[in-house]
Amino acid sequence: MIKSKVYKNLGLKEEEYQKILDILQREPSPTELAMFSVEWSEHCGYPRSRNWLKLLPREGKYKTLIGEDSGGIIVDGLAIIFKMESHNHPSQIEPREGASTGVGGIIRDIFTTGARPIASLNSLRFGSLAEPYNRYLLRGVVDGIQFYGNCLGVPTIGGEIYFDESYNGNCLVNAMSIGIAERDKLAQAQATGSGNSIMYVGSSTGKDGIGGCSILASHEFKEGEEKRPAVQIGDPFTEKCLIEATLETLATGYVVGIKDMGAAGLTCSTSEMASAGNSGMEIDLAHVPRREANMEPWEVMMSESQERMLVCVKKGKEKEIEQIFSKWDLNAVVIGKVTDDGIVRIKDKGKIVAEINAHSLTQAPVYDMPYKKPNYLAHLNKLDINKITGPKDYNEVLLKLLGSASICSKTWVYEQYDHMVQTNTVILPGSDAAVIRLKGRDKAIAATTDCNSRYCYLNSYRGAQIAVAEAARNLVCSGAQAAAVTDCLNFGNPEKQDRFWQFKSCVEGIADACKFFNIPVVSGNVSFYNESPKGAIYPTPTIGMIGVINDIKRVCTQYFKKENEIIILLGLSKEELGGSEYLKVVHGLIKGDAPELDLCLEEAVQKTASEAIKKGLVSSAHDCSEGGLAVALAECCISNKENMIGAVIDDLRFDIRKDAVIFGESQSRIILSCSKKSVSKIRDIARKFAAPFQIIGRTGGRYLKISDGKNVLINLPIKRMFDKWTNSLQLLITA
Amino acid sequence: MRFGVVVFPGSNCHQDCFYVIENVLNQPVEYIWHKSRDLDSFDCIILPGGFSYGDYLRTGAIAKFSPIMRQISHFAQRGGLVIGICNGFQILLEVRLLPGAMLKNKNLHFICKYVYVKTKNNKTPFTNLYRKNEILKMPIAHNEGNYYIDRDGLKKLKKNRQIVFSYCSQDGDVNKKSNPNGALANIAGIINKKGNVLGMMPHPERSSEEILGSKNGFLIFKSIAKWLRHRKNI
Repeated sequence: MIKSKVYKNLGLKEEEYQKILDILQREPSPTELAMFSVEWSEHCGYPRSRNWLKLLPREGKYKTLIGEDSGGIIVDGLAIIFKMESHNHPSQIEPREGASTGVGGIIRDIFTTGARPIASLNSLRFGSLAEPYNRYLLRGVVDGIQFYGNCLGVPTIGGEIYFDESYNGNCLVNAMSIGIAERDKLAQAQATGSGNSIMYVGSSTGKDGIGGCSILASHEFKEGEEKRPAVQIGDPFTEKCLIEATLETLATGYVVGIKDMGAAGLTCSTSEMASAGNSGMEIDLAHVPRREANMEPWEVMMSESQERMLVCVKKGKEKEIEQIFSKWDLNAVVIGKVTDDGIVRIKDKGKIVAEINAHSLTQAPVYDMPYKKPNYLAHLNKLDINKITGPKDYNEVLLKLLGSASICSKTWVYEQYDHMVQTNTVILPGSDAAVIRLKGRDKAIAATTDCNSRYCYLNSYRGAQIAVAEAARNLVCSGAQAAAVTDCLNFGNPEKQDRFWQFKSCVEGIADACKFFNIPVVSGNVSFYNESPKGAIYPTPTIGMIGVINDIKRVCTQYFKKENEIIILLGLSKEELGGSEYLKVVHGLIKGDAPELDLCLEEAVQKTASEAIKKGLVSSAHDCSEGGLAVALAECCISNKENMIGAVIDDLRFDIRKDAVIFGESQSRIILSCSKKSVSKIRDIARKFAAPFQIIGRTGGRYLKISDGKNVLINLPIKRMFDKWTNSLQLLITA
Repeated sequence: MRFGVVVFPGSNCHQDCFYVIENVLNQPVEYIWHKSRDLDSFDCIILPGGFSYGDYLRTGAIAKFSPIMRQISHFAQRGGLVIGICNGFQILLEVRLLPGAMLKNKNLHFICKYVYVKTKNNKTPFTNLYRKNEILKMPIAHNEGNYYIDRDGLKKLKKNRQIVFSYCSQDGDVNKKSNPNGALANIAGIINKKGNVLGMMPHPERSSEEILGSKNGFLIFKSIAKWLRHRKNI
């Protein structure tokens, strides 16, 4: 009789255990129990989120491909496969290994489809850098990403980093990877054809990462817990060889299906490949290459040792596959075969240790989680801006914002990542979105990640919509058209009703915004239980978005290019300060409502900028986000350190509070610069789309000067802004 | 004229070098697997960047024992052109085809960014199309690019004009401020005494097309092609 303590330790509930008894009509063996526990965990089976994820649109302008492990779109016969995934809890415990295996895992999800990984991004969230442990986490995570990504030769081209106290006990590491493949060369994650061989390839199996997904990813952190053994260890060199060997193998045509052994290792790959192929599978663990003696069968099935794959190979072609892997000094051994009875049968030296119907393993129970709007919102959303005194010294505020951890330059981080290898990176990190060319084509791809979680905390639905809108705006500013989304949904404990309300509201926000823009969500990941005794994280539905640039000659960057050009503001500045960086950094307040978002206005502004860039009328384009207009203008001045150009802004409209004009974070605004002769053409385009258009000043000089007609509010040397913006992160880290 | 790009397990810039030779320089090029032994048909061998064998030990330390490296030493002795870029340079130091050693970058971090280098020697097969002291914009991307050699060694390098590239500022100042990784005397690239083996940390293959932000590295490949053509004509 299995004690309830055993299955509860594995993360299974009482009623789930009862369900297992019903399915098997007997008590499960230890191996079977372990297999159910990982397959039904939130990480693999999505039991709590699945009902809501159905809301997300799956179709858009481009044909979509949606698989179990990743998804993509087809552009000109080329499959662009991408996905973002979290590795939060492992990184909180052991930042270097946690982050590096996060990168390794997501890249495996891409190349198991047959796509060559061509770029990575990552979206990171940490607590305040005033705390030494958070500085340790930032250093460790960056080190892990550079260690793994650089060695693989996959450029890390972009991403974002935010700092907020809500992440003090639970950092977020969301890794995204993009790959490309000829459309007809894509592989399936399934096992079919009774008698075909099941081969294990890649690294050998050890005791590392046992229970990573069920134990680590499916609980919140408790005081004083030691969870380090559940973290996996990464080996990028093996992964590099595995990429090359796998792509070579897939090119032979002898592969029926292939799947990465990521979360839940052999359990997940065997049961999901069998289930997807409507087949059964029989393997013997005795054949599994090991790097550790005395492993119990359940340990072998649960191990999350990295850099391993399961391949279904046409019978008789095993030798050919073996040869390829042996060329790369990697294991490739037959461990079993496909059967036609729908059963996953696991043997250990011939003795059966598990025998379960594949579908029953992979169809995790689905829960209708109760939810309730958080009580604190009523209080939080109240913000009387008349009680907020405007700044005496605007210069000081701007410098403070430029130096704040979330806004300051992330050069210190991205210079540690190889962002140029593969020689496709056309727009390097540090602009609104990164752009990579597709060799041999006129087209390019732009990519970005976005989420302002403070907005999502104050207004989950709208905050999530803003994340989608801003990602699309970033892509537009680089010359691209938004094409598809991968989302990484990071939330607290879903069993708490207010947290689940945040989740549900964010999913609704993403779904509605994506439907409005006709952008499909092709892949994604849910990460719950991101909380510690210090509290839950802000709801963080990170949006990874891909855009397509039809003519690579028409890419655009955010910084001013020439003196004496005209600066245009598209969009409207409203009197809103809620949730702004200004309110937090200067007034110490996290209050109010997220900025308003009018999707029609957003679309008008984006279409105007997009058409102006496509027609070659624009010298620079930059989206206004955290820190508002002043920070955006400063970035236009200083983000190309080799050619910094000042600006004189003397034509802004001041019909609302001055600090709201300068530092407010109204959405749907883009700053353009252009030659004098392009102005009227851009105005015509704005008129066509009914986008608010305003000439606000001109480029030139060594200062950023902003005046309200009577008084000069901001007058700062660009060099001083640059120094503050560039040096702050390093100073904060070494504090 | 035939170029060969060596592929070790863990190389990751071989495709980039191959692409430039084939599509920008428009010359024949082939990959050379690290276990191969026949280099006779090649005129120039490129040791590309990456992390050969993972570089978990010391950069290039394992590659040194690879079967191909013995062949490359023979190839160099016979006067064949060899260029090692980044990890390739580190390997050339390990096998002693070039003098000196690489230390970790002074800031102890991987550094990926555009830098400027000055062409100190334009009388080599690899740099003959540059002007003397020409300033080039090229990216670096490495953990260990902090070049070191003892005092006598440095003297010899200078005397024999073996320093080919030095890190400098945008305006050409070779000083501490323009040194990205702590390399002795701002050394970014050196050549052997005989003048047919070049090692450099900056990546010319990443700066061979305008669309990538700089075309300054391309003249290295073009110089090689010119030199080879000239030699064939003699």
